[in-house]
Amino acid sequence: MTNGAKPTSIFPGQRSAAQGYSSGTASIVIGLRRAPPNQRSSSLPPSPAFPFLFLFFFFWRPRPGKDVGTREAGVGQLASVGKDEKGNMLGGPLRRILPEISRLPKGYSTVGKEMTVREALNSALDEEMSADPKVFLMGEEVGEYQGAYKITKGLLEKYGPERVLDTPITEAGFTGIGVGAAYYGLHPVVEFMTFNFSMQNESRVIGTLILFSAAASVLGATVSVGCLFDEFKPAKLGKGAGSMEFDLGIVAIDHIINSAAKMNYMSAGNISVPIVFRGPNGAAAGVSSQHSQCYAAWYAHVPGLKVLSPYSSEDARGLLKAAIRDPDPVVFLENEILYGQSFPVSDEVLDSSFCLPIGKAKIEREGKDVTITAFSKMVDYALQAAEVLSKEGISAEVINLRSLRPLDRRTINASVRKTNRLVSVEEGFPQHGVGAEICTSVIEESFEYLDAPVERIAGADVPMPYAANLERLAVPQVDNIVNAVKRACYRSVPMAAAA
Amino acid sequence: MSAFMAVKTLPSHPVAARSTPAGKPSSSPFLAPPSRLRRLFQQQQDRPSSSISSSPSLPRRIQAVSAADVLGSKIDSNSSPSNVVISREEGMELYEDMVLGRAFEDMCAQMYYRGKMFGFVHLYNGQEAVSTGFIKLLKREDAVVSTYRDHVHALSKGVPARAVMAELFGKTTGCCRGQGGSMHMFSAEHNVLGGFAFIGEGIPVATGAAFSSRYRREVLKDASCDHVTVAFFGDGTCNNGQFFECLNMAALWKLPIVFVVENNLWAIGMSHLRATSDPEIWKKGPAFGMPGVHVDGMDVLKVREVAQEAIARARRGEGPTLVECETYRFRGHSLADPDELRNPDEKARYAARDPIMALKKYMLENNLATESELKAIEKKIDDVIEDAVEFGDASPLPPRSQLLENVFADPKGFGIGPDGKYRCEDPGFTQGTAEV
Repeated sequence: MTNGAKPTSIFPGQRSAAQGYSSGTASIVIGLRRAPPNQRSSSLPPSPAFPFLFLFFFFWRPRPGKDVGTREAGVGQLASVGKDEKGNMLGGPLRRILPEISRLPKGYSTVGKEMTVREALNSALDEEMSADPKVFLMGEEVGEYQGAYKITKGLLEKYGPERVLDTPITEAGFTGIGVGAAYYGLHPVVEFMTFNFSMQNESRVIGTLILFSAAASVLGATVSVGCLFDEFKPAKLGKGAGSMEFDLGIVAIDHIINSAAKMNYMSAGNISVPIVFRGPNGAAAGVSSQHSQCYAAWYAHVPGLKVLSPYSSEDARGLLKAAIRDPDPVVFLENEILYGQSFPVSDEVLDSSFCLPIGKAKIEREGKDVTITAFSKMVDYALQAAEVLSKEGISAEVINLRSLRPLDRRTINASVRKTNRLVSVEEGFPQHGVGAEICTSVIEESFEYLDAPVERIAGADVPMPYAANLERLAVPQVDNIVNAVKRACYRSVPMAAAA
Repeated sequence: MSAFMAVKTLPSHPVAARSTPAGKPSSSPFLAPPSRLRRLFQQQQDRPSSSISSSPSLPRRIQAVSAADVLGSKIDSNSSPSNVVISREEGMELYEDMVLGRAFEDMCAQMYYRGKMFGFVHLYNGQEAVSTGFIKLLKREDAVVSTYRDHVHALSKGVPARAVMAELFGKTTGCCRGQGGSMHMFSAEHNVLGGFAFIGEGIPVATGAAFSSRYRREVLKDASCDHVTVAFFGDGTCNNGQFFECLNMAALWKLPIVFVVENNLWAIGMSHLRATSDPEIWKKGPAFGMPGVHVDGMDVLKVREVAQEAIARARRGEGPTLVECETYRFRGHSLADPDELRNPDEKARYAARDPIMALKKYMLENNLATESELKAIEKKIDDVIEDAVEFGDASPLPPRSQLLENVFADPKGFGIGPDGKYRCEDPGFTQGTAEV
């Protein structure tokens, strides 16, 4: 049940626990503080320049490795994705065309500026840090090394070592420190070198001490407590936490869940945790099982967290800004391979008050026959699959989920009610995954509208292997999506109705 | 079962009593002349009630500085490495092992830039003395646990170069059949327990291996079991909670383990001095009740001497040791690291202390080998590496059916399929055609 009324507690800006979590409330809260979030509608109609651009890009293919400046990515890493043993692109000529198409501007009339996801994240961090002095960064190699994936490039020079903190290799420790700083009113942005590292879990003692000290301060003088959560209190030097990748996030998951996610509830609204945990999630290329797991389902399972997963630069900018401004803990799952990809951005996106609402999905491509839901890198594959399918007369609607918790069930269900078929795509393991939740939601709410069983595409149910060909088999490819859509359509969709 | 009854603190506190060398300025903590090492170990046995000696005060800087600025005196590379006399055979063995490690890593770099290797590759150039110094003293049953910089540990332990190279290429003939990769070298036959991508992840695993050795001896009454575990990790790991937790438990239960810190002063781009409140890692040993030793990790003979004592200690059942080896990696953190933050002077200084050159010089000076014999070893190693590359190239990629193999030791873990039979028994499943 949602309650949009202002909280009655003595702490300004604190929502009461009864308000619960709904995307509507979140956007209202954001709206009260800043400019109202922009609603992104579906893409603009294609321009007359389209066929010329098509021919142009047909003959000139952007080099895959161009924007990949990631320090850990390595040379030739992207080049190996999508190729078979001999190094040929999979699927022969058809596959050769698709990368060009996917890199075409997605239907904007004037392309304007292009921005890589890396630049989008960097600019979002930069603008939020300059707007609010309570925001600070913490993580391994975020400062002098300019970020393990160069996301935080230039921020140390601009904001100094007191706001951009290089930490020792202590994920659990500095995550706990960040959570404690957030309890006390600062806005840390924690970077995990991979979200695998967020799983590390040693320093419970530190976390306990922080909890005790936070509790002690709450039980202390009410006057000082009242100042704690005042938005306009000048920033104290605090700590921030960050690690580089979400595989490392499991090292720190104790704090993400027990200290951050559950705190507002346990304290009945006394203490909120305005912290952001960000980092790359999911498979890169050739980094084997401990660095390739997708943690979306793990985090989206937990009440008290908000989980976002951007795809394009616009998503990255808008959602990261929204996450930093949000008063709740947000897990921001990026993707290493997307960092170097360029997307067109409009002037609206480049504006420093640009913000996307948390909890709203985006329809990347409209269609009539089947709904494909995806997030992060799989949106790219889904769009490619939609192109392939459109040639076969199947018009697919691609939804970019953007927000995994809260999940935009309304958009998904509205879309399925229109198309009557669902294919959900994700990179993580299938059992208890994001796709499971989406399929169940659709079955629960739109069962009568379904014309075919829901299809769920996920990564293979094995730890990620290292060998290149096995790795390709373990992650969904465009073929898998196309096959699933054809199964859902019983291959009997009327061809004439398309286009 | 005395290990499990060690609830009281032990009466003797083994202390890394680094008696400050008389006459030398105290700002040279990283110099440890070998003669002091024996005294160091003896002190723990002779002085049970010794108090923890005050450590030399170290000028602590906040900015990243090169370790050489902290060291007071220049390291004299011409000094004789050790008083230990090694035999000719031992010397040749050490030399061959270090050259194998170096040549292998150089070949890895070449292969990476040619696209045959991918993902993360972390090279060990410059640190060979640590691996050779320790692992060449181990038996086959002793276990080695390492980090992502594990190629040379696997090679020293006896995993064939062919198997390691094929693993790096991702071929099915690799030591992990192409499923592990650069950071995950495992071999049950040679007791290489990994290869861990996470910082600090190998330390509890190594402690567990040592625990199993102790368990086998005391619970299963296998008196001949005196297996030792050696855990390798870096300076960045020493700030990690798992490290401290394991130091505590290993000392508490007197586990037969040696913790070897390969302190190469840099954790990717983070200088050890910027990340650590007290950069002298060896001091963390005595805090937990075990000896902490610092040794020059660019000198294989010094490392070997310390290793002998530490491993013997563990085998005798006296418990763990923390050994900090001051070493350096000549290349960047990984092959994708631009390595911009390290001072070129620092790199040059350590390059002058190349362990292979140092051993070569020692052997030639002491007439343990001739130039041509050493060259013959180098040539032999080159052939081994060439053969390994050819083998890797010629090996097949893993077949599709391998995707679903080895997820469980008992493949019934995949559950019962829709036809009521175990999934793994369905031929389509074992062909890897199960699509999700």
